[in-house]
Order: sequence, then structure tokens, then C-alpha cells
Amino acid sequence: MNIPERWLRSFCNPQLSGAELAERLTMAGVEVEAYEPVAPQFSGVVVAQILDVARHPNAEKLTVCTVDAGGEKLKVVCGAPNARAGMKAPLAKIGARLPAVDVQKTTIRGVESAGMLCSARELGLSEDHSGLLELDAKVGSDARTALGLDEHVFTLTLTPNRADCLSVLGVAREVAALTGARLESPRIEKVPAMSDARHPVRISAPEGCGRFAGRVIRNVNAAAPTPGWMKSRLEHSGQRSISALVDVTNYVMLELGRPLHVYDLDKLRGAIDVRWGRKGERVLLLNEQEVEVDPSVLCITDDSGAIGLGGIMGGESTKADAKTRHVLLESAFFWPDAVAGRARRYNFTSDASHRFERGVDFNNNVDGIERATRLILDICGGEPGPTDDLVVKLPERKALRMRVARARKIIGMPLAAEEMQKTFERLALPHQREGDVFVVDPPSYRFDLAIEEDLIEEVARLYGFERIAAHPPRPAATFLRIAEKRSLHELRERLAAADYRELINFTFVEPQWELDFVAEANPVRLLNPIVSQQSVMRSSLIGSLVANLRYNQARKVERIRVFEIGRVFVRDPQAPDGPLAVRGLRQPIRVGAAAYGPAVEEQWAAETRAVDFFDVKADLEALISPLTARYERAEHPAFHPGRAARVMLEGQAAGWIGELHPRWQQKYELARPAVLFELDAERLQASPRPAFAAPSKYPPVVRDMALVVDAGVPAQALLDAMEAQKPPIVTSIRVFDVYHGQGVPAGRKSLAFRVVMQDTERTLTDAEADAARDALVSLLGQKFSASLRK
Amino acid sequence: MSLDAIVARALAQFAAAPDAAALENAKARYLGKGGELAAFRPSGTAEERRVAGAAFNAAKQRVEAALEARRAALADAKLNARLGEEALDVTLPARGHGRGGVHPVIRTWQRVEAIWQTLGFDVAEGPEIETDWYSFTALNNPENHPARSMQDTFYVDLKDEQGIALNLRPHTSPMQVRYARMHSPPIKVIAPGRTYRVDSDATHSPMFHQVECLWIDEDISFADLKGVYTDFLRRFFENDELEVRFRPSYFPFTEPSAEIDMKLKGRWLEISGSGQVHPTVVRNFGLDPERYIGFAFGSGLERLTMLRYGIEDLRLFFDGDLRFLAQFP
Repeated sequence: MNIPERWLRSFCNPQLSGAELAERLTMAGVEVEAYEPVAPQFSGVVVAQILDVARHPNAEKLTVCTVDAGGEKLKVVCGAPNARAGMKAPLAKIGARLPAVDVQKTTIRGVESAGMLCSARELGLSEDHSGLLELDAKVGSDARTALGLDEHVFTLTLTPNRADCLSVLGVAREVAALTGARLESPRIEKVPAMSDARHPVRISAPEGCGRFAGRVIRNVNAAAPTPGWMKSRLEHSGQRSISALVDVTNYVMLELGRPLHVYDLDKLRGAIDVRWGRKGERVLLLNEQEVEVDPSVLCITDDSGAIGLGGIMGGESTKADAKTRHVLLESAFFWPDAVAGRARRYNFTSDASHRFERGVDFNNNVDGIERATRLILDICGGEPGPTDDLVVKLPERKALRMRVARARKIIGMPLAAEEMQKTFERLALPHQREGDVFVVDPPSYRFDLAIEEDLIEEVARLYGFERIAAHPPRPAATFLRIAEKRSLHELRERLAAADYRELINFTFVEPQWELDFVAEANPVRLLNPIVSQQSVMRSSLIGSLVANLRYNQARKVERIRVFEIGRVFVRDPQAPDGPLAVRGLRQPIRVGAAAYGPAVEEQWAAETRAVDFFDVKADLEALISPLTARYERAEHPAFHPGRAARVMLEGQAAGWIGELHPRWQQKYELARPAVLFELDAERLQASPRPAFAAPSKYPPVVRDMALVVDAGVPAQALLDAMEAQKPPIVTSIRVFDVYHGQGVPAGRKSLAFRVVMQDTERTLTDAEADAARDALVSLLGQKFSASLRK
Repeated sequence: MSLDAIVARALAQFAAAPDAAALENAKARYLGKGGELAAFRPSGTAEERRVAGAAFNAAKQRVEAALEARRAALADAKLNARLGEEALDVTLPARGHGRGGVHPVIRTWQRVEAIWQTLGFDVAEGPEIETDWYSFTALNNPENHPARSMQDTFYVDLKDEQGIALNLRPHTSPMQVRYARMHSPPIKVIAPGRTYRVDSDATHSPMFHQVECLWIDEDISFADLKGVYTDFLRRFFENDELEVRFRPSYFPFTEPSAEIDMKLKGRWLEISGSGQVHPTVVRNFGLDPERYIGFAFGSGLERLTMLRYGIEDLRLFFDGDLRFLAQFP
């Protein structure tokens, strides 16, 4: 919303500079985004009249103009093609300061020039440099004044609750309340009817249109030009001048906040009926857009059908144009709920809908008509009929009670009741005081005063937020409950310590990723994605991580180790609503990581080799420690079928680790294999309380054994079998070597185990240790046909 | 030959021994069986023999001490030679992998959490796909509010019990309601997390992060909000002089509402929306607004991060470009 300063000051003129006023408004919640002159600064420019245009003796494209600069005759060299005797144009005299240049006495091709005749561009008014700017003003007068350029504009960014400030009068009202300066409301002159002409109006949808004031004006000159003063006010307010009749309605809207519409009376077919739209009804609007309405859209109709959208925009078929002779003025009240969102549904917005959906004063309909009638008569002439004011249903304004104590409690300051009263006085809100309660009647132009807190806000706002004390924080009196579990931040720190770098990816991804990496053909879809590559919600972090590898590989990063902690989204019709859950889907937080390129950065002290499954497995184990996982060979769409494992925690699947399937490596253009894991974060956050056993005082005995088994037997199976039936003195068994090749038959492999034995009561003998080892060897012999490697 | 002469010769030979072997040879010549000292026999009267014996013992001790000293010196020299050979170029890079790091926005998240926890605030996280009720209705957002439109908020192809499409939460405010319904006053919580809006340009990302804060008790006022938030910003930016201002604004879920600005390099920058929780919202918490009041605010974590670290392009946060991220250890 743009408010020209002089216009504003004509209604309320506080003793404050424009900049001070802007600051005051901003700090009262009427945010002034900019306070700027309507044109760049320039000085020393007057209105001059060209008396004579002579050819320049030494240049074909130049002329020497003799101009009257108001009492003095000057010779000025000019290059403009439109210079002609009799025209008036801006003359920058010697010493003038223009936006781009200071004007000095110069000699151009041997002829002295006593100034410079200017185009619009030279004055910084527009890009137009086709010729001199033509003026129609008193010769010798200051060009800025003549052009109405000594004007500043406040650009307001209004919050939706302050619809009352969508007019010059509305802002003036606010200025008066904030500064105490007198409000000079425009005097509304009643224009008496000069005929009986009227047009019948019916309201069939009172819950949509509560009031319809109308007036016929006959015999107007619709082609009359809009006066300059009105044009410039409209332009400074951001309104293009269209025609006198339309300009008048816009002017009244800007001045009083009262949207109006003007119909060509001769184009109306029978009575106007304001009703809800009917399915299939179409209307061509003034913005040349044809829309189809339905019963949720309020329509202005006549016998021909819909001729406009109530509170939004008029129709093409009944619009007033230069040929219009007789008009009907409309000044209606449309209910906010009947307008809200409708224009947006058709992908446009209008000044009317912007106002009506926020709330328009339902008490100034007739004032608006009177004001517009006066202006139309002055500009276009005509004979007005009587004003018909049809009122069917208006908002109720219930008296609000504000308790002084409640206001103090919420604001947090012992404000005096008198201070609160001052607020209501300055805002001109009708009120009474009943002991410690103020009873306030909200006016018809305020749609934001509905509950006690709204009045408390007015009190705080007018008192000034900056004057409200800032309490220092009070200390917590109770401890937070800190569960013994690891936070997501601790998981992050562990991954960072293992040389992974965190990144944050969008949770909406390409549908193809879901298909490729999770075989998810039915992911949660966005109904309104911005782009198709971000149209489904991911059910896995893998797609995003692969994209991260690809992105960085393309930027010549050789070694990439990245992780993300974020939610994924999975449909689940069984999932119930919960305090932190939404029915029909699960939204678990996952931890995902990807490693790519050399295991360690190429360096002098270690041989360079590609990162592999077991490197990343170690990182995973460091991440989940003290939890220990088991790994089951299983297939996952993202991974190499022989190099993937389901990660099991406490007997339940907690995620996956694997090498990216060579098919995806190729498709997603990765030069080398990548290893990734993805785990449910919540499972990793568990932090079991440690249980311990006292260390034995007796020395351990160690026995190594190498066993040859079929190559397909997983090491875990052997360990599990031994664990289940091991002699009690065995405290740990681990695999320390794997061997294929000479000495081991094809299709078999050798696994070397280190068995540690210890007793808590005594020192073990060699014989006992050998017997325990032999028991394990024979166990594996029975179960897995394992034989000792010679 | 006098004892003194023998001692002098022994000492000279020890000193000249270039290595342990030569030293042991020299030792044999003087101290070994049949060595020059071993051959020495005192004679004369008992008194003369006693004097001569004492002189002999002193001479022998001197030779033995010289031998030990020389042995130690030779061992030292040998060790020093080895140490010299073993010297490393300690400036060579370390072996093994390096260190990664957390994302700058998460760094801010952690910092914000740490600051609020010192004041006894709990931290909560919740769903990103939300119901219409939690994202809007419970927060007093009117039915036709533009925020609800598909131009502003993302919707997905899942519906709630009322048949209304679920949304990607456009703010962290639903967590106010969820948390408050799970706890009883005093309620002190911050809820950081991802949020979504249909907006994508140099200064808007369709996904971003907010931190929500809620403090509800019998007497938490607007003045408290001013004090607490001002202090928070000063702690966050580690600047006790930071200028902070509150100006009236409008949000459906607070009343009074305030926009919070902070001054940076002479300019006021919007940093947060805030206010006293609207009575309707308090009622939706399951609490009586006559008894319980308090404040809430929501701040953008990207914004805080950009201001703190001087980052100017929002898109850097979500590109996954390691050349950018690696600068945040």
C-alpha cells in the first residue's frame, strides 16, 4: 500500500518529519517498508516556453532555441526532435543539479548554451528520452512543483489484521492516534438527487453481501479527462489512470477505503441480484480473464447471468467505457468469508478482494457514494438519482470487556488504568470504564477487535512495545529430565569424528530414486510440487546420498564421506495417531552415510586403496557402540546382492549396510563403488546401562585354531555354534584370519580363531586349555564338517 | 713403574678407546687377571704394606671409575647416534583418516539448544508431515487464510480423519500444541526442526529450519518475552550490546504479536515472529487461558546461521557441496 505524504497530511498533519512519522508507524505495527520521494532529487529546473527554434549553424541535428524562462529570454542549444515554438518544457538553468549531471554554461559547436532543455529521462522520471518532456504549467514556475514531484510516498507492508489502514484516511486515523495530531476527516457533502432514476437491486445471498448502496447518474461525459491532481495522486499511490469514471472509484477507495464499482446502466439487463454462482456459469472479468464459478463464489448477476464477482471484480459485459452515458454506482459490503481465497483460486488478486477479504467498513457505503457522486459531477457532469441503500445483514460489533488486571498480567507491567484509557481515547474507540474493567465498542472499520487480548494488544501497542520493560530471564527451578540415552547430536559427533561430513538434503526427491533404491513405487506424493524432481517424499536417505556423491564427484572431489540425519516418510495404513505421530504413515529419523573413493586420503604412509564394505562396517560399529550389531546377508534394491547386510540390533532389523549396486553405480555415473549404510536413529540412541564383571586375578591362556569349512559358511554361524556350546572357561572367541588358496581345497576356506580362556578361581593348565580347544574343534567338525588346517 | 704412572696410562688408554671392544681390551690390560694392577704386590713393614695397600686400592678405584665413565660415555654416544638416525620429519602429514564435521545449520541448532537448556528448556522434535488441525486450526488460523493455500503450503496425497490432505508443516508451531498436550505447566520447550513452504528463490528455500519456543505458566508475560529473547540473541551472537527491538505485528496464534528485529551494521533485520499465545491456542493445549498465559516465538535457523557466519546465499546450505561444508569443522 502506497500512501502519498501530502495526501496523508491533508487529513492529519503531525509536527514530525516524514522519516520520523515512518518510524513511529513502524513501531506501532504499521510497517513502513520505504519512505521515498516520488522522483529523484533535482533542482534549478523551471518551466520554460520555447519562443523560437533556429537551426544550429554548425550541426545538422541540433537547434538553437530561444526560450522564455519566466521573465528572461535565454538561448539554449537543443538536440530534441520535438522542440517547437510554443511548447513548454523543463529547462535546467545554469547551476541546476540533475540526477546525473550538474548543468554549467557550455559552448556546443561554437554556440553558447544558457542551460539545458530536458527529457523525462534527464530528470530521472522515466526512461523516456525520445524528446523534451511536455509540460502544461505556468512559465517560470518550478518544474518540480509543476510536476507534483515534491511528494514522498510511504510504502506500507500491512499485516492482514489491519485492513483499516488500507486507505489514506485509515492511516491518518492511525497517525492521529499515535501522535495526538488532529484528524481532519474529509467532509462528505450530500449531493441531492436531480432525478428519480434508480435501478432495482436484490440480495439473494445475505450471508455473502450484507449491504448494497446504489445510485444512478444519468448523462455523464465518460470521455472527460481525469484532472491532473487526481491523476498524480493515483499514480503516486500506485494506480494507473484508466478513465475518469474508473479513476473516481479508485480515488474514493484509496481515500476512504471504500471500494466502489461503476456499471454502464444501459448494459444492465434487468434487476441486479447478488447471489451465489451456479455450476457452469461463466463470466468474463475486467482483467480479460474468463472464469467459471460455482456455488461458493458470490456473483453479481442480472437477467443475462453473472456479470461480476462480488467483492472481487466487475465484468466486461457491463463495464463503463468512453461511450457510456448513464451509470450505476455500487457501494456494497461483502462478508470477508464470502470473498476470502476466491480470487486466489482464479490466480489473481484485486484491490477490492484484497480489502473485502480482510474486512471493509460497513458503515461508509453511502459516504462513498456521495463522495464519488460529487467527483463524477465535477469531472463528467450528469444528473444523479437518489441513493438506494439496501441493508440485509451486517456484522455485529459486540462490546468488549478488558480487565485492567488481565492487561497488566499479560503485558507484564503495572500500567495505570488511566494509561489504558488514553489508548482508547487516542484511537477514538467508544468506551466506558466500569471499575477495573473497560467496556469498548469496536467501530465498524476495525475487524481485528474481537476478544479481550485484542484490546490488550492495542494498549501495549499505543503505549509502545519499546517502553515495556524487558524482564531478565528467571532461572529454572526444576531440573530437566535427562534420560541416559544418546542424542542425535552425539551420533553426529561420532560420524564427524569418523571423517564423515554432514549435509542436509531436501526430503522431497525424484520419484525414480525411490524406485531405484528402495523399489518404492508408491511413495507419499506432493500434491503441489514445485518441480517434478522434488515431487515425492523420500522413504530412504540413499537416493539423496548417491546424489551427493555424484554432485561432489563432478566437482573433482576424489574422496567423499558424507552423512545425513533426517526423517523419511513411509505409508502405513496401520500407523495410528499419537502425541508425536500422524495416522497413516511413519516418519522415522534415519542416519545415513556414504563413503566413496580411497579409504584414506592418498598419503605417504599408507598404500592407497578404495574404501570397502569392512571400512564402513567399522565406522558403523564405532557409531553404534556400545551396542553391537549382527549382520545378515540379505538383498536390498540399492545394494550389490553379495555385498549387503541387514543390520540387526537386539534381534530386530535396524537398517542396512552395503555396496551400491553396480547397476546404480553406472546409471548414476559414479566412477568407483560406494559403500552406504542407513539406520533407524531411534534404535541407535539407546544407551544400555553398563553391566560389569570383576576382572580375574589369574592369567589367561590363548589357543589359536585354523579350521577349513565350505566357503559359503558365514563366520557368524561358526561363532554362534561355539558360543552356544563352549566350555565355561572360554571367555572370548574371535576370527583373526581368513585364507583361501594353496593348501585349502577349492570351494573351502580357512578361518583362524583366537580362543581366550580364563578362570576366576585358579590358573588353568595346558591340558585343560587343549581339551577346551579340542572340544570346539570337534563341535565345528560335527556341525560344519570343519577340519583343522594342517 | 709407579702406581701413578700406571693409573695415568690406563686413563689415557680408556679415553682413547673408540668403542666398547677397545675399551674392554684396555680394561683387561690393567684390571684383568695378569693385568698391570693385578701384578702389583706391596712389600716392606706391616706399616709400609698398609700404606702401600691403601694407595693401591685408591689407584684401582680411580681406574675402575674411569672405566665406568668411559663405558657410559660410549653407550650414550651410541644411543645418540641411533636417535639421530631415527629422527622423523614431524611435519609430514598424519596417517589415517581426517575429521568430518556437522552442517552449519545444525551447528546453530546445537548452539540454540545449548543456550535454552541453560535456562531449563526441554528440546522436542515432532512430525514433519502434519494434519491440518495441528498446522493451522489448533493455531487459530482461519479457514481461508492464505497460509493454508496450495500456493503457500505443500500438501501430500494422504488425508486426515476429516478427509483433509496432510501438509508438510509450514512452521514448527504444531510442536507447541503437541508438546503442550503431552505435558503440564510450567511448559518450557524449544522445538527445532525442518519446515516447508512453496517458495524457491535466492532468499527462500522450499525446505528450511525453524526453532519454536514455548513458555507457559501462570504469569509468563510479554515483558518476559522481551527479556528472554533479547538475552537469547545476545548470548547467541556473543554480543551484550546487540540492539533488539520488538514491534507490533500479527500472527493468528499470538496476541499481542511482535516482530523481533536485531540491528546489524546499522540496519534492522527481522529475526523472529513472537507474541503472547492466543487464548484459543492455549485452550487447544488443553489449558485454561484464564489461568495459564505465556509466550511463543519461531526463529529461522538458516537466518541465525547466515548472520552469525556471514553466509549470504541460502542455497549453499542445501547443495551438499563439500567445498562449502568443509569450512565448518
